[in-house]
Amino acid sequence: MMGGTAGYLASRLVTTVLIVFGAMLLLFSLSVIVPGDPATALIGPQATAAYKAQVIAEMGLDQPVHIRLVRFFSAVLAGDLGTDALTGRRVATVVGSVLPYTFLLTFLAIGLAVLIGVPLGCFAATNRGSVFDHVLAFISVAFIAIPSFVIAIFLLLIFTIWLDWLPVLGTGTAGDFVDQAKRTILPTVALALGWIGFIARLVRSSMLEVMGEPHIRTMRAYGIAPWLITYKYALKNAAIPTIAILGMGVGRLLGGAVLVEIVFARPGLGRLIYDAISARNYPVLQGAVLVVVLVFVITNLIVDLSYSAIDPRIRTQAGREALPR
Amino acid sequence: MSPPTGAIPVIVRILSTVGGAVGAAIVLAVVVAAVFAPFVATHDPDAINVFQRFADPSSAHWLGTDQLGRDLYSRLVHGATVAMAVALAAIGMALTIGTLLGIAAALVTARIERFILILFDIIASFPSLVLALAVVAVFGPSTVLVVIIVGVTLIPHFGRVARAQVLTLKNAPFIEAERLLGASTLRIVFRHFMPNIAGPLVVLASMDIPVVITIEAGLSFLGLGVRPPLASWGGLIYDGYSFLSDSKIPVIISSAALGLATLGFTLFGEALRDAVDPRLNRDP
Repeated sequence: MMGGTAGYLASRLVTTVLIVFGAMLLLFSLSVIVPGDPATALIGPQATAAYKAQVIAEMGLDQPVHIRLVRFFSAVLAGDLGTDALTGRRVATVVGSVLPYTFLLTFLAIGLAVLIGVPLGCFAATNRGSVFDHVLAFISVAFIAIPSFVIAIFLLLIFTIWLDWLPVLGTGTAGDFVDQAKRTILPTVALALGWIGFIARLVRSSMLEVMGEPHIRTMRAYGIAPWLITYKYALKNAAIPTIAILGMGVGRLLGGAVLVEIVFARPGLGRLIYDAISARNYPVLQGAVLVVVLVFVITNLIVDLSYSAIDPRIRTQAGREALPR
Repeated sequence: MSPPTGAIPVIVRILSTVGGAVGAAIVLAVVVAAVFAPFVATHDPDAINVFQRFADPSSAHWLGTDQLGRDLYSRLVHGATVAMAVALAAIGMALTIGTLLGIAAALVTARIERFILILFDIIASFPSLVLALAVVAVFGPSTVLVVIIVGVTLIPHFGRVARAQVLTLKNAPFIEAERLLGASTLRIVFRHFMPNIAGPLVVLASMDIPVVITIEAGLSFLGLGVRPPLASWGGLIYDGYSFLSDSKIPVIISSAALGLATLGFTLFGEALRDAVDPRLNRDP
């Protein structure tokens, strides 16, 4: 048994390293095959030949491909993502400065989704077939199916333009916590709604599955209070698949965050990538995408290892459900 | 209950649930709009009329007009063609390559199988939208690129299911009998594996349609997918969003259309899943 676990751990670690290397290779290849070259793309066709040569040398583009590849890999492995050619700032600093915004949004959204989705799912499971159960089922599918940037646009139309309740756009005045918090509400809700529906559905079906099992029946026979059975014992078992799916959802959540950040004009990884594309700023684009891949892969690894340690059966169940977009 | 096998029982089952019926109706509407766009549309989707900018919905323009006076209804109808073409092309590509790789993985030696599985893991581990952004940044916005990127990221989805299905079939008595009778591997793959694994793969494919529509719309919303003036739902939402201060109607209508379409395909996909294979529905 121990050997199997260690073997699984080793193979997952190797896969993770391969994924990161694959992403690095892909990003490097993209920078090599970019039509024209990154320097021209960046400074435009009107730059003088001397300036262009200087930029090319600064970016290390005058070296042969294999040397650039080795340089790129060794620099990234040393934590150096290169220099933002437009501002001269370190790419790692640029990415690091916007990372907290995206993390905040992602974690708030997951937190909100768990906080609301879990009780909803429990309630639906214990009142199976009720009107509430049916209504929740429909609303859940709707929120899962509708893209988060569409939800973001509707929230903005309703709560900002129509009702004029919440300010949006940007993160708010620095130091003014209330203003910043107000501007975080709509983006968080836009990202969270799909996951609320998803978690509610997942918790409901896992609960129903658990409720039929012998140990729960035994508890009922012993006269343990129904609410205690539902919210303590059954919920504990239902929590595992929820955690598993949440880990897999991080990638989608990051993707959704990119679009939501742009709808609400918030700083973050999404905004950074979008602006880097518009400005043809390849070093920043490379660095930002690599960080997204890293976050995604590491989260997946942690979740994967933790849930397969708890219950290996989950692996086979995943991937059968529609995930929020 | 045993799963229904013919097409008609499956359709009856889908239509017998509220979600399935609503989903099927929306899917039918989108597909008809996509296939017969020139006949369903009332105007040329690209015809500009600057004197009719942001016209309210009327008998002439059912859903009003956009910032260039183009008929919004006709643009939405033609957007359906783009969405369906991208979805079918990307999923068709993923379905073909994924299924072949998955079947191969189940039949080859353990070492090659491991290699294919690791390849699936690697592809599945990339955040597809962010990856698409990186590729589009280099090659410029293009519909073909969107299809290829989305298609590649969906390959493991089909590959894993195809492999799992073949693994359960591989040692079935009727396959062994075929083999003893001297049937070639190719014959067994195409005559026996394919028909037997088609059901779950078709269900997966239908559930992936709204996913692809969302990615295409997201990229086009960012101006990185389908190029204007070609009408795409994401592009229509972006246009509406940019001119929010002039009129709220275009952004509301085009967002609602996209939301309704993804909802319809999701409802339909789930109903199809439950109808074809009740075991996949984990509701006890």
